[in-house]
Amino acid sequence: MTREVFIIDGARTPFLKARTGPGPFSAADMATAAGSALLLRQPFAPEQLDEVILGCASPAADEVNIGRVVALRMGCGDAVPGWTVMRNCASGMQALDSAVANIRLGRSELVLAGGVDALSHAPLLFSEAMTRWLANWFATRNVGQKLRALKSLPLRHLAPVVGIMKGLTDPVIGQLMGQTAENLAFKFGITRAEMDAFAVHSHQRVVAAQDAGHYADEIVPLIGRDGTVFAADDGVRHDSSVEALAKLKPFFDKKYGRITPGNSSQISDGAAWLVLASAAAVERHGLQPRGRIVDSQWAALAPAQMGLGPVHAAMPILQRHGLAPNDLDVWELNEAFAAQVIACLRAFDDDDYCRQHLGVEAAPGAPDMARLNVDGGAVALGHPVGASGARIVLHLLNVLHRTGGQRGLASICIGGGQGGAMLVETVQ
Amino acid sequence: MSPITQQTWQHWRLRYEDDGLAWLEIDCAGAAANTLSSEVLGEFSQVLDALDARAPTALVIASGKGAGFIAGADIDEFASFDSVAAARGFVERGWSLLNRLAAVGYPTLALIRGHCLGGGLELALACRYRLAVDEPGTRLALPEVMLGIVPGWGGIKRLPATIGPMAALDMMLTGKSVDGRKARRLGLVTDCVPARVMDAAARIMVLSGAAPRKLAVPECVLRYVINGPLRGKLADKARKQTAAKVVRENYPAPYAIIDIWERYDGNVLAVPAGEPAALEALFASPTTRNLLRVFFLQERLKAFGKDGAFSPRHVHVVGAGVMGGDIAALCALRGMRVTLQDQTVERIAPAIQRAAKLFERRYKGDARRVRFALDRLIPDSQAQGVAHAELIIEAISENLEAKRSVFAELERHARADAVLATNTSSLRLEDIACALQAPQRLVGIHFFNPVAQLPLVEVVHGEASDPEVLRRAIGFVRALDKLPLPVKSAPGFLVNAVLGPYMLEALRCVEEGCAPETVDAALVRFGMPIGPVELVDTVGLDIAVAAGEALAGAGAKPPPRLLKLVAEGKLGRKSGEGYYRWVEGKAQKGEAGAFAPELADRILAPLLAAAERCVREAVVADADLADAGVIFGTGFAPHTGGPLQLARSLGKTRIGTEPGIG
Repeated sequence: MTREVFIIDGARTPFLKARTGPGPFSAADMATAAGSALLLRQPFAPEQLDEVILGCASPAADEVNIGRVVALRMGCGDAVPGWTVMRNCASGMQALDSAVANIRLGRSELVLAGGVDALSHAPLLFSEAMTRWLANWFATRNVGQKLRALKSLPLRHLAPVVGIMKGLTDPVIGQLMGQTAENLAFKFGITRAEMDAFAVHSHQRVVAAQDAGHYADEIVPLIGRDGTVFAADDGVRHDSSVEALAKLKPFFDKKYGRITPGNSSQISDGAAWLVLASAAAVERHGLQPRGRIVDSQWAALAPAQMGLGPVHAAMPILQRHGLAPNDLDVWELNEAFAAQVIACLRAFDDDDYCRQHLGVEAAPGAPDMARLNVDGGAVALGHPVGASGARIVLHLLNVLHRTGGQRGLASICIGGGQGGAMLVETVQ
Repeated sequence: MSPITQQTWQHWRLRYEDDGLAWLEIDCAGAAANTLSSEVLGEFSQVLDALDARAPTALVIASGKGAGFIAGADIDEFASFDSVAAARGFVERGWSLLNRLAAVGYPTLALIRGHCLGGGLELALACRYRLAVDEPGTRLALPEVMLGIVPGWGGIKRLPATIGPMAALDMMLTGKSVDGRKARRLGLVTDCVPARVMDAAARIMVLSGAAPRKLAVPECVLRYVINGPLRGKLADKARKQTAAKVVRENYPAPYAIIDIWERYDGNVLAVPAGEPAALEALFASPTTRNLLRVFFLQERLKAFGKDGAFSPRHVHVVGAGVMGGDIAALCALRGMRVTLQDQTVERIAPAIQRAAKLFERRYKGDARRVRFALDRLIPDSQAQGVAHAELIIEAISENLEAKRSVFAELERHARADAVLATNTSSLRLEDIACALQAPQRLVGIHFFNPVAQLPLVEVVHGEASDPEVLRRAIGFVRALDKLPLPVKSAPGFLVNAVLGPYMLEALRCVEEGCAPETVDAALVRFGMPIGPVELVDTVGLDIAVAAGEALAGAGAKPPPRLLKLVAEGKLGRKSGEGYYRWVEGKAQKGEAGAFAPELADRILAPLLAAAERCVREAVVADADLADAGVIFGTGFAPHTGGPLQLARSLGKTRIGTEPGIG
């Protein structure tokens, strides 16, 4: 029998929208603050963790193994290993899955796993050509050589490369993530109005959940060095409306496209963590499990269709457990783009698509909106890439407890053409 | 016959390597730190003889102790001299020995790791090279001035020659220490290196044959001018700066240092006996005796923590106001993990802001250490830290019911072995402790504002307090590098009990028509760090009224003007106006009027009386501890040796007739 993996607790930072310039906290700052607060409420000491696993799509250049950096900063001590995993938008979910794997193998009993990214801190880079020129410059030995080198510098070399645009571009097909969402909108005939309506709906759901205090429970407030308190996700708009969104210009396919910043997820900074434990650790430390991770699945598809990844990852789990989408009490499907979520729902309803791509006879039917992203999603909350996969698992469990549900599925699309899904059950 | 490669004395070890490089380690027997006593100097003379007999290619002098190079001359020995001749002999011995070291024919290097103070730095200055180890504990200073004495072993001569007179006078007149990196910037050490390469660096440097430090041409010219024609001008400037801080009759030593540098080539022995800078004058000065006494009092307070080292890994602080927040920041600064509790995150945020400023100031731009300190300070609005902490300090407002309910709650969730402490300044410990199932667990740990600056912390024992808990509370105060003063639970303990009547008397003078500026000037002239009226403004007028009631009982009448100002919302510095107007943290003062010495005497009299009462009522164990507490808790004029020492010297007291130290 496989060893069970329990979710003991979880917490995250507020997701802070990237505005002008770097945000108030680095990725490691955020992960440290949320993790320290989460560990503080555990009966065990940080030093008793077997490992810390952190998903991060773009760690700072001086903190490439940010998982170890944060473990040390949280006071886990020298002897707790820390490592970093990277699977683009699902890095946080990958961290959970790596923890699950190690616990099932018996290599770890007690793991802190989660994800983080602070995209507002993404660097400006020199172009390849500029890098080559600089290498030459550093090799110059005298004034004459330096002058010659300067003369050979084309001014266009000085234009920086925006790191985040590189990160959000598929390197294989050269399309921006938003352009892959345009592909799906084209494929399934999704209109701008449908996307904008979905986006407004997401904002409204987040506002309602915030007002009801559903988010405050999972958020660790942050305090800046200047004494500013960040207690809530700050990207959500109370005044979001279809009319206002209709005014925005398409961003990814300029002029003719349908995807705008308003119906895309926001670029944000944030971190999310879960404490995962084996049955032995639960007993040893007297822990109170809140849930269990029952199953997980990774899937891949054409990079240009990456937004359909959740469908491809969810289907094998549904099949293994003999479930239909609406047998699950709650769904989280990460909202990279409104068009991409709508496309997933269309695919679940589309017999042709399911036959062709998923090898099943008939479409299983899409989960209904009453159980999908009930408290809104990344379009309104923000999508700190590495953190989102962990956030949706944490929030899924919280919603299950709140609504008295038993089973839920968290799923996420992954730049590069992949999808991830995780089946979670509550433990009473 | 192979040559002897090692020679050992009681306090020194000399070892020759095959290539003739000699390593000399000082390792004072039976002591934690190296100090230069007559005995250690006597052996050093033998070491130099041995080196003469077999000249090394070069000599490295290092410490054989885990911590510290040399802490200075042996103060115990110095304080024990009962005649100026004995003192002169001691100075002469060190002076000529270090001159001998400076004149040896082989290159010498002092490898400085940890503290290098006073005579220790003078020894290092007599070497050709100095190499500092890049660690926070490496501190170099000539702190003699703080003891009312002067560097007598060549420091006044060699420090200005090494780093220039301006930087040197600054170091000698303030006693301030510099770390290895600053020392390198000043040119005080040739280099500053990590411990992992210190031995290799010492060897390479001492055998290099290089000049200890190359001076640029403009600097050479500047040196020449300052040491020649400008010397007198610079000395006058230093005298003026010193006069802005202290007067010569209270503090002769800094003036003596300037004189000795300007006129006697750094040699105190050359000053004729009649001069104020002469050894005779310094030896006879009560200030010197008193400052030595203060030094020993400080050592005595430090020693309270000796049998109870206790450095909690996790401290929980309840209440994120100014006191609670600053206590939490201090704990984080000293490497402890701290949870800071208040009702909301918004109440905790200002404390984090202040802490960030403190860390940035203390770590001087070392961004990594600032970040780690902030990581250790965890906002905790849910009181999650209570269950983990080894020590919990309550620092909420002075409300008995509120404190009782806090402690009842804390006791339910805290670890059974956690120390429970209150920072109360005006409530009875026993009244708070009765809310506990185990009242013996409660002690007082009373910090003073500003927490990061004031060295004293009163550790308060109630009637029931468990001695073991007290021992740990004292150990904790030492772990914060503060000075613990054990006091009995009594209104105002020691410090506030003496400050209250003193401030009240000052306010009465103001009430009688004396300008606040005049009152403050009189006490600053006496030697207080801050005038009493300004102190009331700083503490807060509302606090002063409340404390006055708590200390004197509801019957006592506060001065009418004080009540009127409080009623008008003029609470002092924090509200922008009290007895003074405050702009950007500074009191706006007019000219002080003329005053007679009697004004200070009158205002000090209640303080002296209260200190005496505290000894009589056993709030502190003895008169020396009362003096120590008042000096380190209030900054009371150190040159007087403390209030009771002052009263004794004025013949105004019956108690404390035991002879003072020194």
